Amino acid sequence: MVQYNFKKTTVVPSGKDFIDIILSRTQRQTPTVVHKGYAISRLREFYMRKVKFTQQNFHEKLSAIIDDFPRLDDIHPFYGDLLRLLYDKDHYKLALGQVNTARNIIGKIAKDYVRLLKYGDSLYRCKSLKVAALGRMCTVIKGISTSLAYLEQVRQHMARLPSIDPNTRTLLICGYPNVGKSSFVNKITRADVDVQPYAFTTKSLFVGHTDYKYLRYQVIDTPGILDRPIEERNIIEMCSITALAHIKAAVLFFLDLSGSCGYSIEQQAALFHSIKRLFMNKPLVIVCNKIDLQPLEGLSEEDMKLVMDMKAEAIKSVIAQGGDSNDEGVLLTMSTMTDEGVIAVKNAACERLLNQRVEIKMKSKKINDVLNRFHVAIPKPRDTKERPPCIPPAILEARAKANVETEKRKLEKDLEEENGGAGVYSASLKKHYILDDEEWKEDIMPEILDGHNVYDFIDPDILQRLEELEREEGFRLETEADDDFEMDGKELTEEEQALLAEIRRKKKLLIQEHRIKKSTAESRPIVPRKFDKDNKYTTERMGRELSALGMNPTSAINRVRSRSISRRGRKRERSLGREGEAMDIDNDQSNKKLRAMSRSRSASRSRSKSRPPGEVTPGEGFKDSTQKQKAIKIAKKSVKVRNKNARKGEADRVIPNLKPKHLFSGKRSIGKTSRR
Amino acid sequence: MRLEKCWFCSSTVYPGHGIQFVRNDAKIFRFCRSKCHKNFKMKRNPRKVKWTKAYRRLHGKDMTQDSTFEFERKRNRPERYDRNVAEKTLIAIKKIDKIRVAREARHHKMRMKGKQAIERQAALTELEKSIDLVKAPASLLQESQITPKIKVKVADTQPQVEHMEE
Repeated sequence: MVQYNFKKTTVVPSGKDFIDIILSRTQRQTPTVVHKGYAISRLREFYMRKVKFTQQNFHEKLSAIIDDFPRLDDIHPFYGDLLRLLYDKDHYKLALGQVNTARNIIGKIAKDYVRLLKYGDSLYRCKSLKVAALGRMCTVIKGISTSLAYLEQVRQHMARLPSIDPNTRTLLICGYPNVGKSSFVNKITRADVDVQPYAFTTKSLFVGHTDYKYLRYQVIDTPGILDRPIEERNIIEMCSITALAHIKAAVLFFLDLSGSCGYSIEQQAALFHSIKRLFMNKPLVIVCNKIDLQPLEGLSEEDMKLVMDMKAEAIKSVIAQGGDSNDEGVLLTMSTMTDEGVIAVKNAACERLLNQRVEIKMKSKKINDVLNRFHVAIPKPRDTKERPPCIPPAILEARAKANVETEKRKLEKDLEEENGGAGVYSASLKKHYILDDEEWKEDIMPEILDGHNVYDFIDPDILQRLEELEREEGFRLETEADDDFEMDGKELTEEEQALLAEIRRKKKLLIQEHRIKKSTAESRPIVPRKFDKDNKYTTERMGRELSALGMNPTSAINRVRSRSISRRGRKRERSLGREGEAMDIDNDQSNKKLRAMSRSRSASRSRSKSRPPGEVTPGEGFKDSTQKQKAIKIAKKSVKVRNKNARKGEADRVIPNLKPKHLFSGKRSIGKTSRR
Repeated sequence: MRLEKCWFCSSTVYPGHGIQFVRNDAKIFRFCRSKCHKNFKMKRNPRKVKWTKAYRRLHGKDMTQDSTFEFERKRNRPERYDRNVAEKTLIAIKKIDKIRVAREARHHKMRMKGKQAIERQAALTELEKSIDLVKAPASLLQESQITPKIKVKVADTQPQVEHMEE
């Protein structure tokens, strides 16, 4: 089924637009640069190309237009008539004809000018020729611009035509204006047709789709038809007439029983009879609408008679088609306002149409190809003998066996399930061990003993070897017991041992002291500050040590004491005689005092000590004692400041580092550096 | 479950202890503790590290060859369980151990033999040399002079007594 789709026709541009399009294309898609100095053939070629290109484009576009627009004679008569109606046939044809001639003229122009260009002798001449050619082409187009405009309008209108398939199942709805055709269509399809109280609300055909028995039906809503001779009908009415005439469809003729459409039943009946010729070979259903306002039974006698006449006509047509002669599907009542009987009407119409179409198809030749799709052949039983499926006996046995076998063996899994399931029961892995004695199956053998691997020692004749070993050991013990004692005669006596111990102790002490000295050697001054600070070296100590060594210390002590400095310092005791030596062992004065006395005095023994401070001796260089005293005073004054600053002398300078670099520079690793 | 030997110090590695290192040539090194492991990583030769068994054996400090060592041998094929054999083995292990320990003690004793004599000699020489630390030479001289004088002649007195009685 070809869908007539007029939406895909090319857009027809207006005259001016057309020219603009083509010329701009020419400019863009051909080379644009040319100079005087080129070879003449090149120049000619350049301009010829332009002319030809323009002509080709025009040709293309105009051909497209001509081809796309439908030729009224070649399409379905319904569409042909429709288009003829809507767009004046003559006008239509003329427009297309003009476009055609324009195409030819442009071709001719191009040919002529190309011929002329072949003999152009300068750039200027070629250029003017080209200009002329293009100009003429454009004028042609300008001339047909009105046709183009008309065609554009036609195209736009055509695109908006409803896509009616003239060959498919269609319900056609006709009747006087305002009887309720559009309302009905709205009810049974999704089409949204305008419903208004004034006549001729529907001005053109409207298509809706509905389903019946899983098939799609087109429902065409037509504008109302008035009762007039055909010559006087306007375009709108002609649309409906055309539809009626050309489309093979079921016709639903609508009657308004109440007369609220503005026309009486007589008028409607008259219309019916005048167009009944159009209902030839079409299943006809007469629908009485608006029964909520005027039920069928409540009609007057005359009206009833008219309706019956119409019905008779309808039945006639039914019989002519070969259907049954009951009047069920012929005259129906409904009300679109109350939805009463709407579906019934649709069903009836669809059924009638379907039957008719099936009949037609059955009669045609093509049916034989598809006949098998309707009918499944089943062979008739020849006799009453039973013929069941055949199974060989071997298979039956095998099946029986299989059922039995699966119950025989008990699996470990079953055992597990019996004894409490997966978490409770742990399978005995030693169950199937092959051992010499069955009692050994549950034995647990130790793997480690006393830091040895037991498996490393396993040997069937280990005991035998062990016996040998023990024998060996026994022998050895005996032989060794003999040469066990090795005593030397030379042993140390107890005295000697004590001495040895003492020696060793002393040595140890020495070593210790040496080690301490060595470890502190770095920080200890080579010459000690003071000798014998702790008063370690006394005569008592010497006496002790000497007696420990086994000698008598008294003589040594005496010698030491007689030679001591405190002794030597005493002039008077010396002059008195040697006798005082033994007696004067003077221990009352402290050692410090004795030292102080002895050293300073002994150093200045040759010179006399006491002199008054101001006395001038001849070699000094002072005038008199006052001068010397003054000099002493000045000297003391100069020293005073230095002494107060704890400076030893002039050279004792302190250069302080008031801004040590490490405190005043550098970033801190963490924190701010706002304090310095 | 097996007890292994530490590659460095040759002590037993119990399950759950130590580290096993597998080299790219598929040789396995087992270590009893990180001390041995770290020594190995430092590429130290256990034969030169004093406290290892390898050193001790090499330098003759411990017993090297003995028949007790031959009882313990790694078997690669598993034997079928036999209760009697197992019992005997367990008893044997203990006895073998005892003998082995005794032998090692003997070895040690043999090694230490002659130490007493040397010590004694050393003591004597030390006494002679370093006597100055304890006794002054003067006192030593005195002693040597004093001591010879105490000599009592017993033989002279007796015949006189006999004469008297006659």
